[in-house]
Amino acid sequence: MPETREKLLEVQDLSVTFGSRRHPFKAVDGVSFDIYKGETFGLVGESGSGKTTIGRAIIRVNPVSGGVIKYDGEVISGRVSRATDKRVIRNIQMVFQDPMASLNERAKVDYIVSEGLYSIHRHMPEAERKERVAKALSDVGLLPEFASRFPHEFSGGQRQRIGIARALIMEPQFIVADEPISALDVSIRAQVLNLMSQLQKERGLTYLFIAHDLSVVRFISDRIGVIYRGKLMELAGSEQLFAHPLHPYTRALLSAIPMPDPVGERGKKLIVYDPDQHGYTPADPPVWEELEPGHFVRGSQRELDGYRKMLL
Amino acid sequence: MKDNVILSFEDLDIRFTLRGQVLNAIRGISLDVYKGESLAIVGESGSGKSVFTKSAMGLLDANGTIAGGHIWYDDKDLATFKTEKEWLTIRGKEIAMVMQDPMTSLNPLKTVGAQILEAVELHQHLHGPEAKAAAVQALADVGIADPENRYKQYPHEFSGGMRQRVVIAIAMACRPKILICDEPTTALDVTIQAQILDLIRTLQKKLDLTTIYITHDLGVVANVADRIAVMYAGDIVEVGTCDEVFYDPRHPYTWALLSSLPQLGVKGQALYSIQGTPPNLFHEVKGDAFAPRNPRALKIDFIKRPPYFDVSPTHKARTWLLDPRAPKVEPPEHIRKLRERGGGSYA
Repeated sequence: MPETREKLLEVQDLSVTFGSRRHPFKAVDGVSFDIYKGETFGLVGESGSGKTTIGRAIIRVNPVSGGVIKYDGEVISGRVSRATDKRVIRNIQMVFQDPMASLNERAKVDYIVSEGLYSIHRHMPEAERKERVAKALSDVGLLPEFASRFPHEFSGGQRQRIGIARALIMEPQFIVADEPISALDVSIRAQVLNLMSQLQKERGLTYLFIAHDLSVVRFISDRIGVIYRGKLMELAGSEQLFAHPLHPYTRALLSAIPMPDPVGERGKKLIVYDPDQHGYTPADPPVWEELEPGHFVRGSQRELDGYRKMLL
Repeated sequence: MKDNVILSFEDLDIRFTLRGQVLNAIRGISLDVYKGESLAIVGESGSGKSVFTKSAMGLLDANGTIAGGHIWYDDKDLATFKTEKEWLTIRGKEIAMVMQDPMTSLNPLKTVGAQILEAVELHQHLHGPEAKAAAVQALADVGIADPENRYKQYPHEFSGGMRQRVVIAIAMACRPKILICDEPTTALDVTIQAQILDLIRTLQKKLDLTTIYITHDLGVVANVADRIAVMYAGDIVEVGTCDEVFYDPRHPYTWALLSSLPQLGVKGQALYSIQGTPPNLFHEVKGDAFAPRNPRALKIDFIKRPPYFDVSPTHKARTWLLDPRAPKVEPPEHIRKLRERGGGSYA
């Protein structure tokens, strides 16, 4: 039961605003969710939905304009003490989308992987640092000798492994993986996904997995949040979400998953989501409501009644 | 050339010279493309799928040459083309291409309208207001709302999916007979991907166009392809109709590609992943190129390159498993499940 599980990360009413004061743009608008220890939380949405912004707000890259983020019960958003800042850096790491762009092409793998160590453990002996790099590389299935090479000598899948090794060396508890496999070939995707689940099992890692492709997220996530234009639309256990998608946007996303099944695909009807279809009125504004245990959806009272009927 | 064949590759060899070494990118491919069909070419990065199709448009890099074979189009052998002038009679006019990333294939300094106009003037021989009307119509045809105003905008004012629609509009303004789509949706979101594939299919039906898709993701093409060719290490290892390749795949590499799709994964279990790396094409490949990564490889796979074995008149695969003398090898579990989905029409 979710209540008995320990919350590792709490996001409460989070807002992130870009632009000037006169022309503000709300990239994330009142988003709340919790991530429990040891689980994988998938965040799905199209480009521009704010999913990456949430990930970046958690690692303190984007300042928040409203709401709080708590890590292990401690507030980590806004102004925090230096000790907390250090704790966040050490415990929360990020894996980026494009391994071509996220690795310093002029640095050797050795430096790329251990860069985080330099800033946190400033006085670590050289021998220990080397040992840790070798360990991190072998943990992700690369040879320790690769430390002396440059990123361009590696294939896409290997480069993403370096990106994961760089996160692992800090011995984090929580990893924000921002579209870690979108830039990879299908055959390589499987390898990286397997590596991530294996590491999770071995070390009890917690993941926030950000992606735009529901089929990938379903495979790896325990719970999934669907985000559209900065607002959460639906949140549920991943099987729950696939079995009973309620929000029209979730259903549109599900209908777009390409299946390796020609007969099924021929009869498929693509659902296109129109944000104006709700017809929200000031008298019946959309609210965020839990309709069955662990299954949240955004809708007006009229819509929620309809969703309840769908669940019966 | 047979009547219904529009483009025919015959024993094509393509080589690249890199720092004095020779790379055999395409190793003897023969393939017929039929009029009005939609063909998907599927393979990993580095399998040569882009090089293969680029050779039909004269777009090989300067260090690449067609070392042998023929490319027949309209009774002309494109493999003998040397000058840019010859290629201009084909490129765009007869065979057009949609590239992967709409960010890089559009000119950021010119309005979208000007870029379409260029194709319209060159290929439809229209000028002045007539040409403009045709360009606006081209935008409308690819489903862009308010084409009059969008015509005056720059690429950065369009979203990714809309930009890809513009690229398609430019390609279609050339009135080609064959449209090659090189990973047309890889840079796009899933929802947009479905819309773009839908658009290409609609245009194909409406204009009786022949389309060739290039992709690394087998999951994407189930909806759009009539036939599928699976490429590995510069060779086509299996080709068949869409149903045959999905429900009755025969080559171990096709099995591996299908099995690694996350859509087929079972939660809590590791996804199937292909071990090892593709062969180095700087060296000569001995036997079946996939053998070193194939857990079910036979001894002969390492010694002799398999010929094509016919499974049906439309389906053939290059694997020794289909030889009558070969031992019976059961495909992996995922493939058996796919077969059941095919409704048992494939034994």
